[in-house]
Order: sequence, then structure tokens, then C-alpha cells
Amino acid sequence: MKLDARIPSGPLAEKWDKHRFDLKLVNPANKKKYHIIVVGTGLAGSSASASLAELGYNVKTFCLQDSPRRAHSIAAQGGINAAKNYPNDGDSIWRLFYDTIKGGDYRSREANVYRLAQISNHIIDHCVAQGIPFAREYGGLLANRSFGGAQVSRTFYARGQTGQQLLLGAYSSLSRQIATGRVRMFPRREMVNLVLVKGEAKGIVARNLITGAFELHEADAVILATGGYGNVFYLSTNAASCNVGAAFRAYKKGAMFANPCFSQIHPTCIPHTGEYQSKLTLMSESLRNDGRVWVPKKPGDTRPPEEIPEQERDYFLERRYPSFGNLVPRDVASRATKVECDSGKGVGPTGYAVYLDFRDAIKRDGREVIQRKYGNLFDMYKNITDADPYERPMMIYPATHYTMGGLWVDYNLMSTIPGLFVLGEANFSDHGANRLGASALMQGLADGYFVIPYTIGGYLADVTPSEVGTDHPAFEEAAKEAEARIKKLLSIKGGRTVSSFHRQLGEIMWEYCGMTRNESGLKKAIAMIQELREEFWENVIVPGSDWDYNLSLQKACRVADFLEFAELMARDALTRKESCGGHFREEFQTEEGEALRDDQNYCHVAAWEYQGEDKEPTLYTEPLVFENVQPSQRSYK
Amino acid sequence: MTQGTETIDITLKVWRQKGPEDRGRFETIEVKDVETHMSFLEMLDVVNERLTLEGKEPIEFDSDCREGICGMCGAVVNGIPHGPEKAMTLCQLHMRKFEDGDTIVVEPLRARAFKVVKDLIVDRSPLDKIIQAGGYISVNVGGAPDANAIPISQELAEKAMDAAACIGCGACVAACPNASAMLFVSAKVSHLTLLPQGKPEAARRAIGMVRAMDACGFGNCSNERECEAVCPKEIKITNIARLNREFIKAALFSMEK
Ligand SMILES: Cc1cc2nc3c(=O)[nH]c(=O)nc-3n(C[C@H](O)[C@H](O)[C@H](O)COP(=O)(O)OP(=O)(O)OC[C@H]3O[C@@H](n4cnc5c(N)ncnc54)[C@H](O)[C@@H]3O)c2cc1C
Ligand code: FES
Repeated sequence: MKLDARIPSGPLAEKWDKHRFDLKLVNPANKKKYHIIVVGTGLAGSSASASLAELGYNVKTFCLQDSPRRAHSIAAQGGINAAKNYPNDGDSIWRLFYDTIKGGDYRSREANVYRLAQISNHIIDHCVAQGIPFAREYGGLLANRSFGGAQVSRTFYARGQTGQQLLLGAYSSLSRQIATGRVRMFPRREMVNLVLVKGEAKGIVARNLITGAFELHEADAVILATGGYGNVFYLSTNAASCNVGAAFRAYKKGAMFANPCFSQIHPTCIPHTGEYQSKLTLMSESLRNDGRVWVPKKPGDTRPPEEIPEQERDYFLERRYPSFGNLVPRDVASRATKVECDSGKGVGPTGYAVYLDFRDAIKRDGREVIQRKYGNLFDMYKNITDADPYERPMMIYPATHYTMGGLWVDYNLMSTIPGLFVLGEANFSDHGANRLGASALMQGLADGYFVIPYTIGGYLADVTPSEVGTDHPAFEEAAKEAEARIKKLLSIKGGRTVSSFHRQLGEIMWEYCGMTRNESGLKKAIAMIQELREEFWENVIVPGSDWDYNLSLQKACRVADFLEFAELMARDALTRKESCGGHFREEFQTEEGEALRDDQNYCHVAAWEYQGEDKEPTLYTEPLVFENVQPSQRSYK
Repeated sequence: MTQGTETIDITLKVWRQKGPEDRGRFETIEVKDVETHMSFLEMLDVVNERLTLEGKEPIEFDSDCREGICGMCGAVVNGIPHGPEKAMTLCQLHMRKFEDGDTIVVEPLRARAFKVVKDLIVDRSPLDKIIQAGGYISVNVGGAPDANAIPISQELAEKAMDAAACIGCGACVAACPNASAMLFVSAKVSHLTLLPQGKPEAARRAIGMVRAMDACGFGNCSNERECEAVCPKEIKITNIARLNREFIKAALFSMEK
């Protein structure tokens, strides 16, 4: 099968306009005859639901939480990028496009990324109109700050709660559409299967998490906006419910999974403390604007930080990357941190931490200014660690944060299953092998507000509305499949909890498929995952029943998916014999220890197709063509 | 493991209720060796792991982000929604705030408008209903002017942000003797009405949201201030005064009925 990305022809800057003109339109009076399912209410899902309903489509929207407002997007802190160039510091659509392509280490599509940069400005306009209380300057205009991987200030923010405010904006638009009746909202539902009729996506099976009932929903198209799979590592900065389940169900029904090994490790998180720990907390990247990262020059130096004199500190990011300094992209900062810790210079009780120091910034700007910028983050740090960052440097260490990989989609955001669209972190589209800070919020909202409303019309224009009903046998079959799995999980009644399996899987992935990877480690990981999966299906204990609220059962289903998905991820990492962005293969690095790409052989998207239980998946590749930028060795020196 | 491994023993008295129809009861669970570095919810995770291995049903409770922003968690701990610490959600509460030998009573966020789903989980969907009745600015995607077209003073933007910080957890409702949702409603009304973009619909919004609140079975505000005391995001009751002004203005002068 040839993967056709359906990238429009013509000059880069004109592709999207031309494509919007070429796409077929659905007659306004006919839109109400079409039904669309949206799974997920994060930035991508909420914005898509609202904007499709605004156009007149009938939308059914699903989420796991008790309210759409609680999707994981709510936790994003630092900000959202746009190429407004308000600070007059040389930004442009072209520069945002270029930075994003380069930041992704030349493993994303030019056309998609350019469109994203073009749309970025409209997002800010729309969000301000919705009442998002972005930070402002004294004169009343919008404020900007800089973020990793960029030398211009293009990040818009609402204190340290940008994701919250953007999501509440999308949620308010969604709520308005719920009130009109054009969106029907189904909270506390889990999509447990995708329904295909004649090879096209025509509905889903959702499980009501309160009653346990399976509910059948048909539609003319299905949109997945179900977020990322970072929790395959067990410990991550993601919310507890983040999972790969919906995407994996789609994969098993034929949607290809692209670049699963591209995962992002964020450099500034609160270090790991104990086995009971349920998550790693992110300290926003914006802190690197004013905080300086350092370790003692001498390995094994156990003096408290304030006793280490200036000349005995190594500000290793500033030393290694003089032009970007502390603001190098995440993958670069994370690996540099690992290198220091591996060589014995790490600090804190475990030796797996480095300092993020605000002493100089406080001296320069005063405590008040720093407090205004980062107050809530400092409070959060203090509450978790019991240490005061105004007095002592923070201790930080990298943690899994984001997943660039996801279901393969074409330029229209449609997967390899006709009628199945994928938005937000759940797709693979725009960030290549590494995402720049403040770009996920931008992408989620671009997909939902400004791309899907056009591209889904192009698909629906050729579809007869509401052709199949839920009495079609495909629905019952899909429900039976899901039910059998749940019954099986409850029947095992073994001796090990779901969390303990998940924790062990996470350890395997972190060790062998984390910040750095190598061939023998990945092979070992695949064998270990298979073994763990076998044990899971023989020895897991899932308490309770399947007819009332049962979080252990929900988790069991999600961990079962992770146990299969992890293998795909390791396999992809093994197959990609180069280093790029967040995927760092130890065998492929420059003399200075930077990622060494192999553009000759790996300048492509790796898309995996499911072949059946216990069969190896098939790899397809989509070549990446660069006509407007010249891939080069990424340098932040 | 950091900061030493200090541990304490505690007694949990936790509310168990099979479903909305069940009457529910307290169950006492002795919990040994709780590391003080754990968060409160991590302690419950550990208890649940132990219950599961003993063949018992774990305590169901809601949580997701575990960093105080999603508003999913919440329970009444020793009589106070989200527990004893000020300006904090339950997921941010740490066991170092408790002493060896403490008895800790844990109950769901109770209110007439919130039905118990199971154990500590309640149904807070009435809060969504209130937002649907006007907690938005009616703009469709597409027509917005440039984001800098209307300057907004920093002071105003900050004030709006203070109100917009509400996480919709429902603690204010559970703390209020009347189970009123006034703090929640007033935070949204303030956020939107303070901003120029929210002004055109101010009257309709205030009336719509207050009516929806009444219809959902929330009580009235009688200035008890309990809501403000427990709010993890320190939403101020001055917002309620603003809502009252908006509501009266709307009822008196607007055409909206
Ligand atoms: C701590 C943190 C801070 C971040 N900060 C930033 C930042 O400053 N800037 C930035 O650009 N990005 C940031 N990110 C990344 C960004 O927040 C996410 O990538 C983005 O919000 C994802 O949005 P989404 O809409 O794709 O998915 P999500 O917000 O994850 O939403 C997923 C939705 O799908 C639903 N769902 C999932 N599975 C199912 C199922 N099977 N059935 C039904 N529903 C399902 C969930 O209930 C949820 O509603 C941050 C991430 C983290 C973890
Ligand atoms: S779990 Fe999100 S606020 Fe507590």
C-alpha cells in the first residue's frame, strides 16, 4: 500500500488556500443531516466539536472525565506559540515554520507545518474574542515570552495556566453548542471499539463508566482526539487517565500508527522519589527563561548548593550551547542533563537531578518580578518537595512528557481508514521527532478550530448521510469483542495488581526505550515486554464487577493496551537506525554526542500496519520531501 | 528515596457507598507505614493496592492531573473539602501534614445537587449545566478581529484571570451550609463580564446562569463565606458581590426576561 499524504500542489505558502478552495463543500442546508462523533474533549476535541456544531453538523462528543473541562489539556502551563511578531523581534510565519521543522529534526511534513504556522495567528485572535485572559503589558497589549528552541518571543500565556484557560475557552464554546442541542455530550464514557462498515469508520462502541453498559453510536465520520500515550512509561507528566486505548483500537482495525518511537522527555520535572509515586510533576519550560541549569564541576560533590562557589559550578547548557544557552530544545537539554548525571555530577539524594537556579534572576529583577512570573510554579514546587526555590535552587530531572508519534494522517487529518480523522496529540502530524515548547496547544487548536471544519466537509460531500443504523451487525460484533475482553480480565483473578504491571512496564520502557536507546537494549525490551504481557493475562487481579464504576477495570484495559503498544514502540525504535530529535540511538551520534541523522535512509515517516494477533506488524514508509528548507545538522551552539 | 523515609500509622474512616441508592456507611481501615512524603491520594492508592490483594474492593475516588488544576479530585477530609491546608486541592495535600496515630475521616463532597456515584465519587454535572446556560461569549470560529485590536489594562486582565482560575471542583458547594454554587457562578460571570469582549452578553449571562443554578437544586447564598475559605484557587467572594450587581442590573434594565 502506498501512503498518500494528499499534499496539495503549488508553492508552500499557497497550498492551504488552494486546498480550501479545491475541497468540496457540504451545502449548508445539508449539514444537519450529517452526524459526527468526536472522541475526546481536550483542546483538539473540544474545539473540533464546537466548530463543527457551529457549522451546523450534529455532533456527539465523548470523554472519560465527569466533565469535558477536565481533559488533560487543562494541565498545560507555559503557553501557546503564534507568529504574530508583536514584539517586533523578527518573527514571521516563515520563521515559526522553520523553527518547528528544525526543532522536529526534519522528520515532519513541510506542508503541514507551514499550515500550522499560518493558522497560529488566527488562533490567538479567536481565543481573545472568547475571553481568554492572556497576560498583557502595561499598555494593554498582549505580552509574549520566549520558549525553548526559539530566539524570538512568540509565546502567549495566561500565568502558568495557559492550557487551563485555552481549554476553558474551548469548553465554553462547546457548552454553548450543547445548549443549542447540536452537540450531545457523553461524559464518563470510554470508547472501547471502532465500528467499520465496508471499510469506513461509521461509529464507535462506548462503555458507560458508571453503569458498565456498552452503548452503540453511529455516525458519518469519527474523529479521535484522544491525546498522547506518554503513560506507557507509567511515570510521566501526563494525567492519570491518558492512554493509548482508542488509538490502539483504531490501529487494530487498520489505521496505521506512525513513528510510535518518537516520544519526548521534558528536561524540567521534579525528580522521582519513591515507589508509591503516581506521577512526575512538570516545572514549566518557561522557567528556563530566568533559571540557570548547573551541576557541581566535581563529581560526587555533596555540599549544599549555596556552599559551592561560582567557579566550581558548571552551567553546562550555557557552556555547551552558547547561543541558545538554557533555552535549547527539550531533547537536547534532557540528554545533556543525563550525561552530567551519568558521569556522577548529579545532585540530590539519588544523584539523578540537576539544579535550576533563580539566584541571579532574583538578584537582577527582584523577588517580586520573579514571583509575578512564576509564583504558582514556585508554590507548587515547594508544596511537593518541601523546599523553597526562592532560597535554594530547584532540583530537576527529565521525565516523559509528550508523544510526537500517533495515528498516521494525511494532509486532511484523515487516517488510513476512510472517515476516521485524528486530531491533536493523538495524530503524528506536525512535530516530527521532537516538539517545541508551546506548540502542542497551537496544534490542538489549529486542528480543531481551523483544519477539520474544512477537511471533513471534503470527505462528507461524497458520503450519503446516516446510511447505516446501529442495528447493522458490525456494531454488535464490535461490542461483543469489547465485552469479551473485559470479562476475560475480570476472570483471571490472579495475584498481581494492574498498577504493579504498569510500573514494571514503565521501568522497562524508561530503561531501554527512554532518553537513549540501543539495539541490544531494544531487543531485550521486546522480549521482556512479551514476557510481562503473558504474565499479565495469567496473573492480573482486577477487583469488583463490570456493572458499576470500577477504576481498576478501566486501568486494566488501558494497561493491556500499553503492554501491546510498548512492543510496537520498541520495534519502531529498533528499526529506525539513526538518531533524530527525541529518538537517540547511542550507535548514531556525532563526536560531540549530538543526534546524528541519516537522511539517506531514514528521511521518512514510519507507519505500522497491524497484521493480527501474534504477528509482526508491517512497516510502510512515507518519504519526506524538503523543497523549501535544507535539512542540516541541527545546531544550537 | 529522598528526604529520609519517615513513616506514620493512621486510621482511616472512609465513606463507602455502593451507588446512589445505597445508604452508605463509614469503614475503618488501619493503615500502617505511610511514608510522609506521599501525597494524600498516593496514600489512598497504596491502601487500594492492599485492599485489592486482600480480595476486597478498593475505595473509588476521582483524580486525574494530580497537580491541582483539573478539578477532578475532591473529598471532605476531617470535615473540610480538600482537607486542612489552605489554597490546595486534595491531590496536593501531603501526608507530612498528618501525625502518627491520627484518625482521618474521609467523605464525598456532599450537596443536594451532587448525587453520590460510588464511595467518594459524586456527580458534579450540574456545574456543566450552569455553564451551558450562559458561561461563554457567543463568538463563532472565523470572525475575530486582530487579538490586539482592543487593549485591555493589565489590571483588568489580571482581575479576570483571578476569577477565571476556578477549576470547577465543587468544594465551594460542599462547604456551603446552603449548598449554593454562587462562588462558582460568580467566578465565571466576573471573568467574562470584566472583559470588554464579555460585556455585550452580560445581562443575559447573569440571569441565565443564576436561573440554571436554582433549577439544578443548588441553594442560595447567605454570606456564610465558607466557600471562600475552602477554595483551592482562592476565588474571592467579592465576585459574588459583582454577580449580585450584574444580576440586579440585568433584572432591572435589560430586556431579557
Ligand atoms: C504538564 C504538561 C504541561 C504542558 N504544557 C504545555 C504548554 O505549555 N504548551 C503546549 O503547547 N503544550 C503543553 N503540553 C502538551 C499539551 O498539553 C498536550 O499535548 C495537549 O493538551 C493535548 O491535547 P489533546 O486535545 O490532543 O488531548 P488531551 O487534552 O489529552 O485530551 C484527550 C481527551 O480524550 C479523552 N479520551 C482519551 N481516551 C478516550 C477513550 N478511549 N474514550 C473516550 N475518551 C477518551 C479524554 O477524556 C480527553 O478528553 C503540556 C503537557 C503536560 C503533560
Ligand atoms: S487531580 Fe486534578 S486537581 Fe486534583
